[in-house]
Amino acid sequence: MTKNMISKNVILRFSPEVVGEPIVYLLVKEFDLVPNIIKASVNPDKQGYILLSLTGEEENYKASLKRLEELGISVQCLMERIKWHEEICTQCGACTAVCPSLALSIRRPEMAIRFDSDKCVACQMCIQACPVNAVTLDL
Amino acid sequence: MKSYEEINEKIRAGRAVVVTAEEVIAIAKDIGVKEAARKIDVVTTGTFGIMCSSGAFLNFWHTKPKMKMQRVWLDDVPAYGGIAAVDCYLGATELPSYDPCNSHYPGSFRHGGGHVIEDLIAGKEIKLRAEAYGTDCYPLRSYEQNITLKDVREAFIFSPRNCYQNYNVATNCGAETVYTYMGVLKPHMGNIHYSSAGQLSPLLNDPYYRSIGIGTHIFLGGGEGFVAWPGTQHAPFDPRNERGIPLGGAGTLAVIGDMKQMDARFIRGVSLTGYGVSLMVGIGIPIPILDEDMLYYTTVEDADIQAPLCDYGKEGYPTGEPCVIGSLNYAELKSGEVDFQGKKIRTAPLSSYTKAVEIAETLKQWIVSGRFQLGQPSQLLPGGGSPDRKED
Repeated sequence: MTKNMISKNVILRFSPEVVGEPIVYLLVKEFDLVPNIIKASVNPDKQGYILLSLTGEEENYKASLKRLEELGISVQCLMERIKWHEEICTQCGACTAVCPSLALSIRRPEMAIRFDSDKCVACQMCIQACPVNAVTLDL
Repeated sequence: MKSYEEINEKIRAGRAVVVTAEEVIAIAKDIGVKEAARKIDVVTTGTFGIMCSSGAFLNFWHTKPKMKMQRVWLDDVPAYGGIAAVDCYLGATELPSYDPCNSHYPGSFRHGGGHVIEDLIAGKEIKLRAEAYGTDCYPLRSYEQNITLKDVREAFIFSPRNCYQNYNVATNCGAETVYTYMGVLKPHMGNIHYSSAGQLSPLLNDPYYRSIGIGTHIFLGGGEGFVAWPGTQHAPFDPRNERGIPLGGAGTLAVIGDMKQMDARFIRGVSLTGYGVSLMVGIGIPIPILDEDMLYYTTVEDADIQAPLCDYGKEGYPTGEPCVIGSLNYAELKSGEVDFQGKKIRTAPLSSYTKAVEIAETLKQWIVSGRFQLGQPSQLLPGGGSPDRKED
């Protein structure tokens, strides 16, 4: 049976009570996920967040989210926060060649831009590339 | 052979046959160039892309008491006031003084001259601020007022260089990402960007400027405008292919048009990460089918148009040394991926083809409905005329 492998960028936000939990270890050990930390911060009140990509089997990924929530960690899937505003877009295409996952692409032959949020890995390259700020990250 | 007057007569009578530069390709394949030239009166073109060297002249009514505005700001973006008392010129790439620019590299350049032009056209309120030293006839030294385009006495776009005939295609051979006016270019030829409407682009459909000259009536930013002059850097004698298509930038146009007629869907302020601000401009130019040659030129296809692939990496374009590393045609570029030096590289446009189509279609409707007639150029552009024209 082929396993459905996925890669998602997520933000984990945690309170002082769980800041001591070895979260990344747990994701590897219990769920066989490959985490790659992109950004992390813990403030003096010991509240913090980790922005990381998680690669692994879809089933395991889903189970890990449940486990994290049980621990009181809020999980935000970043892809769902990337918004393409069609009404602002000029349909130029400047975002398409820098998009690593082809979430933003051109429908040919009419050369119209489309956004497939399921493919988005929230790398935010499109935000830098778009000349009219038609892509935003709404946290 | 048809004359401008005959074509305009047909337009006025609602009998003109008008097609877009995309539609004419299939028509000529179907019925032949000769028959198509007989049937078709006008071919409409269109382009919508980032065009630096754009800007607007504005005249504010005189203030009470009167003022000779020496320094002018529109939403904190400086405009050039050294023209007369209440005239100014707002350039598309101008930035407000508070912008950190590239001190936080790469800068995001959220607001500038191009955005103010878009906001004015969209009918938004902007803040006019002016300072002066005061004279006997113009005593007022400071002025501040929120205004909209309606409050401005005259406003027209007058851009020294728009509508490049063809343009560089950009990649980055260097080892680090570069942030350019051709967009974000990833290292080691990670992507390729181009900026032309190709087969729909105005000057590629009249490569020898037989009909596009000073006084040509055009679609500019959603309103009507004119070709005012050859654009700066107009280089008509650059090398061409066997169809007369220039292999690099070549021709440019200075264009003029009333801002009060314009539509913000066809003129947009842009932020180019790490580079600055600019303006996306929509231009459509009608090509009169005066004879078979004119029709032939309008049948140009993407595969017939080559553009130079340039290295915009740190060792290339910025140095001022030659940086052309290859040649690609627009059919390859539009496909989304090219094979170059054994490497598959993804391509992306910076100009909007769907908007270019919309502009060519809109201009077609204007002409078909009789509201827009052709303007015969009062003078051709330098290098304009026939393929055997000579450089002075």
